[in-house]
Amino acid sequence: MAGIYIHIPFCHHKCLYCDFYSTGKSKLTDDFPSLILKEIELRKNLIPEEKVETIYFGGGTPSLLSFIQIQEILTGINKHFAIEPNPEITIEVNPDDLSKDILRGYKSIGINRISVGVQSFIDDELKFLGRRHDANKAIESILDIYKTGFTNVSVDLIYGIPNSSLESWEYSVNKAIELNVQHLSCYHLTFEESTPLTRKLKKGFINALDEELSIKQFQILREKTNANGFIHYEISNFAKEGFISKHNSSYWHGVPYLGVGPSAHSFNGKMRQWNVSSLDQWSNEIKQSKCTVQSETIDDTTKFNELLLTRLRTIWGVDLNFVAHTFPKKYSDYLRSSISDHLKKGNLIIVDESKLIIPPDKYFVSDAIIEDLFYLE
Amino acid sequence: MENIRNFCIIAHIDHGKSTLADRLLESTNTLTQRESQNQVLDSMDLEREKGITIKSHAIQMEYKHGGKNYTLNLIDTPGHVDFSYEVSRAIASCEGALLVVDATQGIQAQTISNLYLALNHDLEIIPVINKIDMEAAMVEDVKDQIVDLIGCKRDDILPVSAKTGEGVDAILEAIIARINPPKGDPNAPLQALIFDSVFNSFRGIIAYFKVANGTIRPGDKVKFFNTGKEYTADEVGILRLKLQPRDSIGAGDVGYIISGIKESTEVKVGDTITHVDRPCDKSIAGFEDVKPMVFAGVYPVDADDYEDLRASLDKLKLNDASLSYEPESSLALGFGFRCGFLGLLHMEIIQERLYREFDMDVITTVPNVSYKVHTTKGEVIEVHNPSGLPGPTVIDFIEEPVINAQIITKSDYLGAVMKLCIDKRGILKNQVFITSDRVEVTFRMPLSDIVFDFYDKLKSISRGYASFDYFMDGYAEAKLVKLDILLNGEMVDALSSLIHFDYAYDFGRKMCEKLKELIPRQQFDIAIQAAIGAKIIARETVKALRKDVTAKCYGGDITRKRKLLEKQKKGKKRMRQVGSVEVPQEAFLAVLKMD
Repeated sequence: MAGIYIHIPFCHHKCLYCDFYSTGKSKLTDDFPSLILKEIELRKNLIPEEKVETIYFGGGTPSLLSFIQIQEILTGINKHFAIEPNPEITIEVNPDDLSKDILRGYKSIGINRISVGVQSFIDDELKFLGRRHDANKAIESILDIYKTGFTNVSVDLIYGIPNSSLESWEYSVNKAIELNVQHLSCYHLTFEESTPLTRKLKKGFINALDEELSIKQFQILREKTNANGFIHYEISNFAKEGFISKHNSSYWHGVPYLGVGPSAHSFNGKMRQWNVSSLDQWSNEIKQSKCTVQSETIDDTTKFNELLLTRLRTIWGVDLNFVAHTFPKKYSDYLRSSISDHLKKGNLIIVDESKLIIPPDKYFVSDAIIEDLFYLE
Repeated sequence: MENIRNFCIIAHIDHGKSTLADRLLESTNTLTQRESQNQVLDSMDLEREKGITIKSHAIQMEYKHGGKNYTLNLIDTPGHVDFSYEVSRAIASCEGALLVVDATQGIQAQTISNLYLALNHDLEIIPVINKIDMEAAMVEDVKDQIVDLIGCKRDDILPVSAKTGEGVDAILEAIIARINPPKGDPNAPLQALIFDSVFNSFRGIIAYFKVANGTIRPGDKVKFFNTGKEYTADEVGILRLKLQPRDSIGAGDVGYIISGIKESTEVKVGDTITHVDRPCDKSIAGFEDVKPMVFAGVYPVDADDYEDLRASLDKLKLNDASLSYEPESSLALGFGFRCGFLGLLHMEIIQERLYREFDMDVITTVPNVSYKVHTTKGEVIEVHNPSGLPGPTVIDFIEEPVINAQIITKSDYLGAVMKLCIDKRGILKNQVFITSDRVEVTFRMPLSDIVFDFYDKLKSISRGYASFDYFMDGYAEAKLVKLDILLNGEMVDALSSLIHFDYAYDFGRKMCEKLKELIPRQQFDIAIQAAIGAKIIARETVKALRKDVTAKCYGGDITRKRKLLEKQKKGKKRMRQVGSVEVPQEAFLAVLKMD
């Protein structure tokens, strides 16, 4: 099994908090899909003989591509890879890009999961984040998505926004639940280096939300989703039964994935690679049938630390037996000794005899716990 | 002996002493321009960088004047108050001194205190105004200051520019004309004053001396008067850029002796060398066993480096007999050493040399001075370490070292300087206007008060104009307490300090505040308390870490996230564990960072 990620690095304009690689939509040229396909051709051997189970268009703003262009990419992928029956094909969309025609197009080319970048159902918060749409547009889009016949819809929401409140957050969560979405990705606003929002913060124009308040927002989120049948399967991800994102889960389960497009990341079990974060460099190289990637080989220590880092953020946790069987003895010995204190404190619990997990009430300090379990040479 | 001149240079830091010395060496062809590596005498990198001389140096020059050949011995002195004893021994080896004053800055405190030392030893003073080529030079004003200070004639003052070389020959002529040749009897029993020593890894300790009486030859059986140890003079000679062996060094001259000494402690600056067979009656006056005045714990950053640290200190000690250390252990910092330093600069230099020459990264604990604790049984205990303080019931009273501080400042800043000194428990002893806008004040104040931040504060309140020098002035009774810092109830021995009672509350509060900034939040509340005995006098809390999560979409970029956490974990590994609390290394330096 494998996944394919296609990074569409174009935006109308950059949201104030975002540090993903993207560039202006005017840079989107007609030959972009063919360049993506050429990269796939060049690099498909990274995941040889893997059947593709998930395809994910992320960004940037994938909804800036016409559905014809997306179709071109999907058709190409079909030529290069064996595809599982019923693959999960996701596209990230901005509410303001959608129309019924576009949605029908998506449907016609086999896209079966839509991830909507709503972020908030409060207009003031949307403005603060620098989003183009308002709450009504978001609601309208989601309703249109359903009307077109999609049955797997995910909504992104952001909490911890300066000046947000418990009430405003509860409103957004409730709205998403009312709209009957199958999946929720809820992220805490993060002040990333060199984003406009962080500059504002540093200059003192804005203040970060009080930590206690954002913790309460997280609690509300857990309560509301719990009460409405969502499974909290990863720190930031909630899904109705049967709607856990296969693609995202593959990142946490160590499933190979090929990421194409500027700045995309790939993984094949033995190494991780990442593309240059420059559309110009990337496209120039691809035209010359080149593709410079940076890469790192996954040695035992890296693999061990990655396992902790990815799995302890999920309900699947880390299977201690798996660690004992897969890694040299020093790692399982180390893990056994380093977890004992955390088990006493309740930072970690063991369920189903051998499954180590961080209980959800400790998710908010999960980095500290994971870091402490890391093995350092 | 008639043709020998021994002299030193007295100057404030940056007034151009080393540059002038370079010019003198060039003018006498002692070194060519090609050999000149700018400031030849400052041979340590650190010396060049800090612009000060840490070790004494000596160099001999030949100079032809009026048809006669003269031997000029320049004895360069360390340039900081911490080394004032070495300075005094170097001065005691000379008959004359060049008083070098920067034409743009005028006389500074340190110049004055060394000048007084020179005058006490009856040295002939040749006043020199340096940097006359600078635009900001105030030659006439500075001449006034010098005339006021030493009562010389205006015409006696030599204007020079060490940079351009202007006036340097006049200095050489003045040295010959004005400075007396040394006195001494070449046939009397040997009496030679050791004014410095250096370590050479092939030859052992090389001692520099000036012969007061008698003559020393290779093969002589010699005795060091104060240590009582006997050696054979394997080699004697004179100091040029390189050592030059000689068959004899006679009365009045300056030279070196190599006698297979391995321990730097055996060669004490100020000691007298004499012959075993025909010893002198008494040693040259003024010998003192220099005692360290400032003490601090020095610990390796990486606890595994303890043995390496010991080896490094052993090596430093070879070159620097004034460094003392003994093993010490701390619950928080593990194994290390209690080191004694001549002063704060000395401490800084040792720390810097450990880092540069031995690649040793160290944590230095709160420095303190040496206290004399008088017990109820009438004993006197020297305490160098907060943990060494006996229980309160045993203490009768405590004495602390006191200094005599000389400060010269522009009169504009006099008020601020006075306030600073009085805040530091200083008592004004004297106040003299050197010129209409420059004033010298003398304070008697506890040494412990200048240990932390006095010098920095003085510089900042006077915009860098005030200069400062001090000498030890006995002991005085002090109301001293041991201030402890507790983290979640556990005492952190490395953060304890001995402090005057009047400062304790303020200091304790500031310590807690500073530590609150420096200790990262952890998964539980951390109480930071300052305590005197069982009494808590200040408290701060580091709130428990409630949010430490990356709740954002990071796509397939696992690498960046992993590296970030690994880096954080590495940072924590460098922290020290106190009970359950992880304390970063900077916290142990907290006191030094407080304002």
